[in-house]
This record gives sequence, structure tokens and C-alpha cells, in this order.
Amino acid sequence: MRGALLFAALLAATSSAVADSVLIRNATVHTEAAAGKLDKTDILISDGVVTAIGRALEAPAEAGIIDANGRPVTPGLFGGLTHLGLEEIGLEPTAEDATLKLGTMRPEFDVALAFNPDSTSIGVTRLGGVTFAAIAPTAEAGSANAPGGTIIAGQGSVIALDGRAASYSRALFLEFGADANELSGGSRAAQFMLLRQAFIEARSPNLVLAHDERLLTPAGRQALLEFIGGAGVFVFDVDRAADIRQVLAFSQREKLRIAIAGGAEAWRVAPELAAANVPVIVDALEDLPGSFDAVGATLENAARLNRAGVKVTFMQESPESHNVRKIRQTAGVAVAYGLPWEAALAGLTRIPAEIFGVADRFGSIERGRRANLVVWSGDPLEVTSVAEQVFIDGKLEPSHSRQTELLDRYLERVRSGTAR
Amino acid sequence: MLTGTGQQLDETDVLLVDGRIQSIGRALEAPDGARVIDARGRWVTPGLIDIHSHLGVYASPSVRAHSDGNELTNPVTANVWAEHSVWPQDPGFTTALVGGVTSMQILPGSGNLIGGRSVVLKNVPAVTYQGMKFPGAPHGLKMACGENPKRVYGSDKKFPATRMGNVAGYRAQWIEAEEYIRDRAEYERKVAAGDKDAKPVKRDLRLDTLAAALQGDILVHQHCYRADEMAIVLDMAEEFGYHVAAFHHASEAYKIANLLAEHKVCGAMWADWWGFKMESYDGIPENIALVDAAPGGCAVVHSDSSEGIQRLNQEAAKAMTSGRRAGLEITPEHAIAWVTANPAKALGVLEQTGTLEPGKMADVVVWNRDPFSVYALTDLVFIDGIVQYDRASPAPRRSDFLLGQPAAAGATP
Repeated sequence: MRGALLFAALLAATSSAVADSVLIRNATVHTEAAAGKLDKTDILISDGVVTAIGRALEAPAEAGIIDANGRPVTPGLFGGLTHLGLEEIGLEPTAEDATLKLGTMRPEFDVALAFNPDSTSIGVTRLGGVTFAAIAPTAEAGSANAPGGTIIAGQGSVIALDGRAASYSRALFLEFGADANELSGGSRAAQFMLLRQAFIEARSPNLVLAHDERLLTPAGRQALLEFIGGAGVFVFDVDRAADIRQVLAFSQREKLRIAIAGGAEAWRVAPELAAANVPVIVDALEDLPGSFDAVGATLENAARLNRAGVKVTFMQESPESHNVRKIRQTAGVAVAYGLPWEAALAGLTRIPAEIFGVADRFGSIERGRRANLVVWSGDPLEVTSVAEQVFIDGKLEPSHSRQTELLDRYLERVRSGTAR
Repeated sequence: MLTGTGQQLDETDVLLVDGRIQSIGRALEAPDGARVIDARGRWVTPGLIDIHSHLGVYASPSVRAHSDGNELTNPVTANVWAEHSVWPQDPGFTTALVGGVTSMQILPGSGNLIGGRSVVLKNVPAVTYQGMKFPGAPHGLKMACGENPKRVYGSDKKFPATRMGNVAGYRAQWIEAEEYIRDRAEYERKVAAGDKDAKPVKRDLRLDTLAAALQGDILVHQHCYRADEMAIVLDMAEEFGYHVAAFHHASEAYKIANLLAEHKVCGAMWADWWGFKMESYDGIPENIALVDAAPGGCAVVHSDSSEGIQRLNQEAAKAMTSGRRAGLEITPEHAIAWVTANPAKALGVLEQTGTLEPGKMADVVVWNRDPFSVYALTDLVFIDGIVQYDRASPAPRRSDFLLGQPAAAGATP
């Protein structure tokens, strides 16, 4: 019953979304902007925009009021590389859209076209304080009787978890290393060979090649050329230190803007990554040699990269579809293993927004910006904390999901002894 | 000190002697020569227990040669024993140890209806599995409901291809096991009656295991997600007169929490996994807390993951937090049992470990802070009274696999 009451209380708070203004009072605000961390601070949101940040702000007459009572307010969190809205259910071909298996290289493949803002995992994830995420395609090997993907998994972008279909920015996702060997004829050397050929084709639209000699379609050449020209970041999924060095050499030669995803051994290449200003999207829980590419995996990866001056943000083992909300726990573990708390929060907010080119919309709390922020019950990286209110694009989001409706249905049955 | 028996004891000492917990109380006298550890400001719990792990049978690195967990050559492989696949050099044993895990059940995979015998191990360094085996722990029997067996075999146009096929498959096996038990009893009866011509029943590894499960000497652990399927399995257990020790994964356990409690079946669950297949679509983060809330309920936090096993304490913390948010009253001294006493009970080893009580194995963890925190680290992990992990030690034990690997130099642990 208390659960029901709690939800009622949250819903009552939600009704303030009807009001044009919301005043969050007495919060510890982590702005992730020039203002830094502000104690005992109020945030006024009017018509979806943060109109004032300061102490003892006046509430407009009709404003809804949330008393944070000293609790933390952060920008809404980044969910990492995900399959949100691309995978309603795992293992079901009719409910998955993140993987292209045409057997041909298709940089023009863009998962944003498949994004379903009504997917139930959006609401579930939002309740965990995640307000934006990258949606990323994944490449998988084919089988004896079915084609698979290639080292260019395709394009993704950034989505907001507010139930709208809009996507922002662009990124091209590539798979390198051991996991991609089956996509490149059995050798990681061929991953660079194939990528070079694709670049040559993209840069030479008039090059005439026989069908069996070319990798790209005309649309693919155009898409790849746009990325070479700076349309978005190249995200290389790669773990082994030696491979990361090759990726750095390639991208410097080609003058690409890149990020490393996974990067189990990135700490061993930290000075080079810092010098090249290449950020790393780490799986902060990876500490086992899952393959011979990750023999150097350690829970101190994020801390060591940060210490060397590399920008660090977070992902889970592979693009996560359903348990995206776990991302803040992974950042907390990175803190337990030496990453400064402030760097971890930046890695969940400002840094990914910068990497993906959406910092004008996500990742910080600033006057004049649309409100994308979360009021937490306690330390946002702590497993015993919960997101209490979530604002996306200025709107207080509902505090229910498919999971809370299941809870509401069965909680009373357990309490009354009739769950059978 | 969280004892695992539902108590929190402050400013309390624990004395470990000869591999056992000798006493617990205030201002204990240290025997001559005892190592004294001042845990002021730190926390002490029983060693954590993972009821569901595939360490050693799906070892790191996950190369093809390490795929030893699913004998996918027949939907019923009750004849195989997981311990014959365990690679004691799996680096995952070490990382689990750093996470405070002192005992674990290693199970065959879930691709088969009846996957084989599990084994309970202590997380001690050893060259052979025999060196890790939990003394006196009963074997388990791994069974699986739902999607996995019917996908593995059905996609090949083999039996079983449906859920009804799954159930027919288990029942046919139990019928054979009943006959085996009868035939052996009949032989014993004849021998006892002096019948010199009595022919012994030919030994059959598969039926040995199934008969022992029906007779309660092997504990049945059933992978099952959906509430309706768990209820069907309970009917089947009644039909053949055996007990299910635990349903594993049990994403919908909350829908039948009272039924499970009445049948004294534990639910071994994740804190927050869901949706990775159709039968896990209805998983909710309150699942563990709701199974726990049913009178007599037995909730276990399990990992099924080489990552999750490293932080069972955090998984319990998340489950506790979700339950509290739903209005359930759950204390840390209660929730710690989800990763200590309750898995020990479901594995049949509660008399030996799982709580901090005099006489039990000295499986003890000293944490640097409240273990229900994402920032908590183990300072010391004792197994049978021996320090197997010491965070202050410059050279923690590593798998043979990681020796001499240039890439691993400087990696931890």
C-alpha cells in the first residue's frame, strides 16, 4: 500500500508538469557547466527552460514546488551505447532491429529509422535517471546459410528518453578486433584493409569497379564520405592495445574524429589517446580476459585513462537494450577503483554529450537551456539511491513504466497471500 | 557485523580457530599467537555464496575450447557432471574472490531439459577441482524450462520443440528413474531373501543421478522464468514425489511468491535483468523483495555471470532498495541473507557455512565500508580461516593463465 501511496505522491508531483513553472528548492546542484557544484541552490524551470539557478529564488504564484532538501540534482544521465527502441525483446528476430545481416558493407544503414519511442525499455530506463543515450547498431557474423554483417555496423545517433522519436547528431559504428574476425575473412589485418578500400571508394565516386570488386553502394559511398567530411564521430569498438594503436594511426592519417568503445586495454595506450584527444567509452566492469584482446582488462581502466587526461564515458559490455539503467552503477564501480567522483559524473553527463555533439541539449544544467535533469534521493552513483524526479526537454516525466504497472498488480497479491 | 542470521552486531569480535568460527561476542580474548585484525569502522559478513555460476565451465577467455557448460548432444544428459568440465584456472574465480565469494554452485548450462549434475566449490586456489570441492555438499541436478531447450532442439526439428514437449521429456525420465529405483530395491530384496540367482541392475549414470534426485540425495535446481511454468514443475514434483530446491532466474517468481513459499522452494534471481528474451519480459526489480516478503519465502540473489558474481553485495543492495521503494521494510541485516544464508540453505550447506555462528566454517569477509554500497571493497576474504584475499597484499593470487602475459602486467587483480 505504501508503494501505491508513494506512486500517488509522485503522480501528484507530476501534475505540476501542468503548471508552466517548477521550482526545485534547496538542492545540491551538479551543473556540469561553468558554475560547477552549487549547494543549497534553487532551480526555476519555466516553459521547459531553466530560467534561474540561485539561492532563495522566488516561486511564481502557480509554480509546482519540489523541495530537494539538500539532495543532489544532476543533468539527466547518459545511458551509454544502447539498443533502446531497437530491441523490444532479445532473441526474437521480429522484435530486433539493431543488426544488419545483408552480407555487404552498408555505412548508409541508419538505425534511427527503426527507433521505436514507445518501446517499454524507454520508460523503464528513464525511471533510472537516464535521459539520453546513443543508439548503436551491432554487427554479427552470419552462418553457413545466412549472411551476416561487416566491420561497419552502421550509423546511430542520440535519442532522448521522453517518448519522442527525434534523434540528434550522427555517429558511425565500427567493429574491430577479435570479435570482428569473422566479419573480415578471419583476420583483424583485413579490418584495416577493408576500411581503406571503403575510404578509397567513398573518395572516388567516379571509380568504376566490377560488382565483385566493390564494397559500397552509391548511397554507401555518399554516407561514408559525409562522415569522412566530419558529419559525425567514428566509434571504433576495439579492445587490444595494439589494435587501438593501429586505429589511432589510421584515423590520424585520415584526419577522422573518433572515439574508442570498449577499450579493455585502453589504459595501456593512455598517453597516445590523450595526445590524440580521443575519448574512450569504457565498460567499467570489464576486468576479465574475455578474449585474447582483453588480457590487460582491469577495473582501474577508467581511473588510469582519466589520470592520463583521456576523456572517459561509459557503456556496458555491448550495446545494452534492457538494463541500461545499470550504467550509473558501472560508473560507481569505476569510482571505487580510483576514478574521481566528479569525473565519473562528468562521464555520465557532459562528456558523452560533447563526444556525440549534443552538448547544447544534454549533459549540463544551465540558465537558458531546456531542462534535462534529475532529482536524486542520494548520491546518483550509489546503488541505494533512486531517481525521484526526471525532467526531459523541460517536462517532468511520468514516474511509471510497464514494470511499475506489473508491480502495482502483484504487490497486493503478495501482501494478501494470494500470489499463486 | 551482519551475521546472516538476521542480526546486526556492533562492536563485536569474531574468533577464527583452525578453520572454524570459534566464538562471536564483545571483548573476546585472543589466544596466544593469534593474528588480531582491528576492524573498527569496517564491516564483517559471512562469505558470499553464488548459487548460480558457470565459472570454470565457461571459463575466460571465452574461446571455443572453453565451451564446456552445455552438453548439447541430447536433451537429457543427466549422466554428465559439471565438475568434470571445471577448469580451476578460470581467472573468474579470482575476481569472484575479490568480490567476497567464498562458495559457489557451478552448474551445467540450460540448453538441455536435464543438463547434468552441478558441483558446489569453495573458492580456494587449486590445480584440480577436487581441491576446490565443498566437503560433504550434496550434488545438484540442473533442469531447464522454457525457451532454451526447445530452441536448441526444436530449431533442428528434434524433440523437444515446445513447452509441452519439455514437460513430456522430464516426465518420461522420472518414470524411468522410478523403475530403476524399483528394480534396484527388488534386487536388494531378493539378495536379502537369499536368492542366489538375483541379477543386479546394470548401473546407469543417467539413472543414478535421476534416482538420487527423486530420493532427495541430489538437490533439484530448475532454470525457469515464467510463473505458469514454475507451477507446472511444482505439480510434476508432486507427481513424482521430489522437492525442487530452487527455481533459478525466476523472473516471474513474484507472481507466485506465496505458492513458492508454501512449497518451500527458493527463488534465485537477478536484481534487475529483464527483457533479454520473451520469457524474461515481465521481470521487475522488486522480484527478489516480493519473493522475500511472502511468509516463509526464500529469496536468493544469484549471478549467472562472471561479472555479477563479483558484486553480489551490490545486487542485493539494488534489490533491497527496489523493495523499500515499493514500501517493503527490508533491513541490511535481513538482506545479507539473500547472498549468504539463503543460498547456503538451497545448496544444502547451511549447517557448514552461510552465517557467522560458532562451529561453522570460517568463511568471512571484512569490507572497508557498508557492503550495501557501490563503493564497498573487500579488505580481507577468509575461507576456512585462511586469508585468500588481502587487498593490502601487493601480489594477490592470479590464475596460471595470466602469468607471463605482457598485457596483464599492471592489470588488477
